[in-house]
Amino acid sequence: MKNKNQLQKSLSASTSRRLGNTVVYILLIVMTLVWLFPFVGIVLESFKVDVRGMDGKFIPGEFGFDNYIRLFKETDFFRWFINTGIMGVATAVLQTFFVLSMSYVLSRLRFKGRKGLMNLMLILGMFPGFLTMILIYKVFSDFGLTMNMAPVGLIIVYCASSGMGYYVSKGFFDTIPKSLDEAARVDGATRWQVFRKVIMPLSKPIIIYTVLMGFMAPWGDFMLASYIIHENSAGMSVAVGMYEWLSKTMVNTNYTMFCAAGVIVAIPVVSVFLALQKYYVEGVTGGAVKG
Amino acid sequence: MKRLNDLDYLKLNKFDAFLYKLKLFFCAIPLWFKNLGLGILKFLKNCGIGIKDEFCDIGYTFKNGNWAVKLSFFIFGFGNFYYGQIMRGLLFLLFELVFIGYMLVPSGGLYWLAKGNWFKTGSTIGTVQGGFKYDPIYDTDVWVPGDDSVKVMLYGLLTIIFIVAFVVTWRMQVKQCRICIDITKKGKKVRSGKDDLKSLLDDQFHKTLLSIPLFGIMAFTVLPIIYMVLVAFTSYDAAHDGYSNLFSWVGLEHFNELLDFGKGGLGLAFGEILGWTLMWAFFATFSNYFLGMFVAIMINKKGIKIKKFWRTVLVMTIAIPQFVSLLYVSKLFDSSGIIGKLIGQIPSVSEYLTSNHFISLWDSPIVAKILVIVINIWIGIPYIMLMATGILMNIPADLYESSRIDGASPWQQYSKITLPYMMFVMGPYLLTSFVGNLNNFNVIYLLTGGNPLNTAIGTAGGASVGHTDLLITWLFKMTLGSTESKYYMASLIGILVFVVVAVLSLIVYNIIPSTRNEEDYK
Repeated sequence: MKNKNQLQKSLSASTSRRLGNTVVYILLIVMTLVWLFPFVGIVLESFKVDVRGMDGKFIPGEFGFDNYIRLFKETDFFRWFINTGIMGVATAVLQTFFVLSMSYVLSRLRFKGRKGLMNLMLILGMFPGFLTMILIYKVFSDFGLTMNMAPVGLIIVYCASSGMGYYVSKGFFDTIPKSLDEAARVDGATRWQVFRKVIMPLSKPIIIYTVLMGFMAPWGDFMLASYIIHENSAGMSVAVGMYEWLSKTMVNTNYTMFCAAGVIVAIPVVSVFLALQKYYVEGVTGGAVKG
Repeated sequence: MKRLNDLDYLKLNKFDAFLYKLKLFFCAIPLWFKNLGLGILKFLKNCGIGIKDEFCDIGYTFKNGNWAVKLSFFIFGFGNFYYGQIMRGLLFLLFELVFIGYMLVPSGGLYWLAKGNWFKTGSTIGTVQGGFKYDPIYDTDVWVPGDDSVKVMLYGLLTIIFIVAFVVTWRMQVKQCRICIDITKKGKKVRSGKDDLKSLLDDQFHKTLLSIPLFGIMAFTVLPIIYMVLVAFTSYDAAHDGYSNLFSWVGLEHFNELLDFGKGGLGLAFGEILGWTLMWAFFATFSNYFLGMFVAIMINKKGIKIKKFWRTVLVMTIAIPQFVSLLYVSKLFDSSGIIGKLIGQIPSVSEYLTSNHFISLWDSPIVAKILVIVINIWIGIPYIMLMATGILMNIPADLYESSRIDGASPWQQYSKITLPYMMFVMGPYLLTSFVGNLNNFNVIYLLTGGNPLNTAIGTAGGASVGHTDLLITWLFKMTLGSTESKYYMASLIGILVFVVVAVLSLIVYNIIPSTRNEEDYK
């Protein structure tokens, strides 16, 4: 009698779990559809041949590559794409150097004024950084870093102050045991040697994370770029150039082309991102939480 | 207010316990102000003591130093030469020569400082106004450039910074003399130039690594921010751009406009936008937080397969540049977009739209506000999901095990174990993401551009005010989106944004018990 009761109990437990899992599966599938809908939509939109504006249909009436051909023949898109690519690579390299040296120092070395420096950067971060552009734009235009040379100016803007974004990688360095440093120091290594030979080899995830963030920054930035570039087609990044296509006057002729451009822009960024996803997750979960 | 002890507190029912906590919070407010006041007093006192010590130290050095040390009070580096630190001495000397040279050459430091009329309310920045003059060679009027106020102010500011650096360097080399005196008194050797160079890779390694990043921050953040704060006290806008028209110091004039609560008044617009900005930041942060956590828990649930697939789908949103996905989604909800068209066909919705003369969903203020928050969930969940996944894996499994044996329901497990743990670990992140959302330019600007326009306010501060405008998008429109380009107004609002963010952060830091010391988890 007692045994039977137990059996029933465990049976009902397993059915309730199965029920729970079914509900979760349904929710997850719905969620996946919601998340994928825009991506599928944008790809389908880019193959539309019959319309150039918005027609409110999901499936194209006629498939073709017209939009892609138009993109490279009639617009400066290729130029913008190259500009943004160059910015991405340069920002990735320089920003990594800035961020890593800053976060390494703040995490592993103790010196006078360290706390003060961190507080200063915290306070500076509370100002809307966009306003620094008022002066920077003016100075850059004197040095000729705005019109056709805007990508160079933007690289400087993206990298120069990037040391202030040290939080995530500092969180990572904080997790490396200090005893490693001390052991090396006892053996007579200088701090430079500790940095070079002990810490750097252990920091592969955070280095890749920082590189990834640097590479993606110019692709997504609209605010700073639109300030520096200021309506000069040859120096534009994809974000600034493509934004115009969706303005009220142009959307009826350029909407499907925007989608095609969006697909092309997404390809390099998404492929780099998915390839390095593991490190991104490590960076986000490891560093960000400890702040 | 009387504090209850733990036993009494546990006896309270839920509602009373909540009331008690609320009371505690409000009773603590006067205490914060008291502590803040005490803190400021203590800071001032420490400053006073510090300054006194500095002067005592300088006096001591001058009294006890030999002729070389005394000379180095006027000519940099002499003390270092005397004690054999040739390299340091040369650097100091070079700095002094450069400084004096820069200040005295024509169109050098003194020249720029004098042109700036610093803080003289009513006088122009720069003294020579450019203008058209008749030129006999071309037989027409040509532009003769005068001063450029922007440059005058920038060079003036740089000169002031240089002067401060000069004073600091002077103090530094006096201090080094003192150190040398003390060391030789003890009969030890002072550090040579070779030692200095070596220590840059060892004891002083932080200086080597920090030099370039710090220079970048100083030049591209600190300097522009100081400049920006100064602009709020001038009349810098498109009509007075400094080149074709000098701008001038106006003192606190613009701050008065903040008290203007009429239509088109700055005070009204600021209040309205600040209200929505705070509301947006609140909803955006917490909706993402709870839903993201929920999704993470679902994906990590025991028995759910292809976990990696679900995660990758979400992570795609992070990878695709925001301006592509956001602009596309904003068009989806437009009147001729796929979703907008579909929803517009629902009778009650179309009736609502036509009765208010709205064309698309984006034209209705309330719907637009809800939509940006919902779409922001679509953007934000993946980040939280990733982070929460990492934390979930860190929660000891035996906690769940033992609670299950005690008969806890899944909801109880969530609210009593998962949530408190998450809150504890992610508290600081919540604060940063709240501040990040206050300045979330991309989502608002790319989705709505701040529209629909707020007709009750119209234009304020030289930029149109929309219902979904955040302070940051309003600032953007002020400087770039309008022909007036009221830079001084943007600066003023920027300062106010800083005040708001600083006050909020201070309050939140006081509420969240920051029990985690920085050195703890090493």
